[in-house]
Amino acid sequence: MSLEVVMLLAAALLCAGLFGALTQQSIVMLMMGLELMLGGVIVAAAGAWHYIAPGSADGQVIVIVAVTAMALEMAMGFAIVTALFRKREIDMTDMAAELKG
Amino acid sequence: MAESASLWSILALPLVLGAFAVGAATVDARLGPGSVPGPGREVLRLLVQQRRVTNAADQLLLRLGVTLLPVAAVLAAVVVPFGFTALSDLPDGIVWFNAMEALAWAAVWLAGWGPNSALSMIGGYRFLAQGLAYEIPHMLAITTAALGAESLRVGAVVDAQSGLWFAVWMPVAFVIYLASALAMAFWGPFDQPVGSDVAGGAAAELSGVDRILFLGGRWLLLTVAAAAAVPLFLGGGHGPLLPGWAWTLIKTAAVLALLLWVRRRLPVLRMDRYMEVAWVALTPLAIVQALVVALVVLGR
Amino acid sequence: MLSDGAFYVLSVLAVASGGLVFVFDSMARATFSLLTSLLCVAGVVILLGLDYLGIVIVLMMTIEMAIMAVFMIMYMMNPAGLMPMTMVHNAKGAGLICGVLFALLVAGIFLAPWPAIKGRPPEDVTMDLGLSLMGPQMLTMMTLGMALFATIVSSVVLATRRGRYDRLGDDLDAEAADDPVRGGVGR
Repeated sequence: MSLEVVMLLAAALLCAGLFGALTQQSIVMLMMGLELMLGGVIVAAAGAWHYIAPGSADGQVIVIVAVTAMALEMAMGFAIVTALFRKREIDMTDMAAELKG
Repeated sequence: MAESASLWSILALPLVLGAFAVGAATVDARLGPGSVPGPGREVLRLLVQQRRVTNAADQLLLRLGVTLLPVAAVLAAVVVPFGFTALSDLPDGIVWFNAMEALAWAAVWLAGWGPNSALSMIGGYRFLAQGLAYEIPHMLAITTAALGAESLRVGAVVDAQSGLWFAVWMPVAFVIYLASALAMAFWGPFDQPVGSDVAGGAAAELSGVDRILFLGGRWLLLTVAAAAAVPLFLGGGHGPLLPGWAWTLIKTAAVLALLLWVRRRLPVLRMDRYMEVAWVALTPLAIVQALVVALVVLGR
Repeated sequence: MLSDGAFYVLSVLAVASGGLVFVFDSMARATFSLLTSLLCVAGVVILLGLDYLGIVIVLMMTIEMAIMAVFMIMYMMNPAGLMPMTMVHNAKGAGLICGVLFALLVAGIFLAPWPAIKGRPPEDVTMDLGLSLMGPQMLTMMTLGMALFATIVSSVVLATRRGRYDRLGDDLDAEAADDPVRGGVGR
């Protein structure tokens, strides 16, 4: 167990999540990809705290921020899907393209 | 100061917990109308029962759910001290207890989803709604206990009650904790997730060993919820004359008896109604209680 | 050594179940596969010495995924995956992007001159976090609090169909709120 291995795990989670977020058509599946990416961020922050700067609490604060971001992302995501679905029966990313330039 | 116990108690913990749950179930069956079978008989009946098979069931998730429920209950009990000795007195024991009890959300939902049956899925959904209702006041209540002891360690919470019990000077938090103990074990007034109006809800399609695990896990959860009230609010092993373990047993039995009695006294509460009560009334009350405790802690 | 082994087991489990999220047809399985992955992440965080944060992640993610499962099933046309179908777009391009990104990250991880370890972990890590959040990081904490509050308000505004005029009439002077569900407080 070393900093490199922990970061490798973080990178793997981030890329797996990104793949999901890019490929999935369903908005809820896309959000699962985002959650996985943030899981990678948590691992990276905890690893950086443990191996680089255990003396300060900054690494821990980043974990808190990432966990909060996960909760916010899910709540807002589902609220938007609910609003979209109520208005236009949309649950796919390709159909929700109003903001496309 | 609570200390961590030796290795053999890893085996003892589920046994003690199980014995308590079986005892409570026996008492409950005795109190019931004449024909209710006791837990021993019920287990034997379920073991020889023909297994019920539903069409296109998700067996993997079903098994996961019914196994997770008793496992979560036992894991939650790891931090609950017996006398003054917990299996592991984690520095964040109170958060651990809360996290393990949250696994029951997943467990009940999975058990409801698994059989591919509408009624059992309704039961699973009901438990999630109930969870959303009870969780916030519940978290605030156990946080209040931690606040009073200025520590998240359950052992420290017990130590802080060598004089005055927390139940005495945090009555609101204690009552909220008891209500959420009922809700987390979907027991008594909160048993809509397995209610008879949906033919047994989450447990509707469970049979044989699955049913034993699920309903047994529910009894374990109720026991753990009652047992955790003792170190959190009722002074743990502190008491005159008797040794710590005896006080723990007596107090746990008393809380458990209260929970059994409540089931026979109160009507079933619909979770949408409880949701509103929990968020509009109980949450502010719990916050005020926490504020009072915080002021007392600051002042001493 | 024990924690080394645990770390590798948890890592493999985390990545494998994270990948399986996008393989399962059943939404329930996908959600709980993601939960498995995030619980393994929590385990890694605990192994790295942050037990409080690890347990908080277990608590939050369990509740979050249980609720997520409800929405997943609500908004997918084929939640139980009884009729397998793929719902992906541009898998090749995304695979390429992720592959290149992963290669870049790996190269960065092994080539970067990581700084030497500075300081040592305090006696009580949780206390350190608390003092930091209530002291030098107070602004972060307040921002998080405001963000959470804003999320509560805006998600309710977005998701609800009925506003106060539906409940209390055009002049907001109805005696009792007209709600589809009766009961609760004050009605």
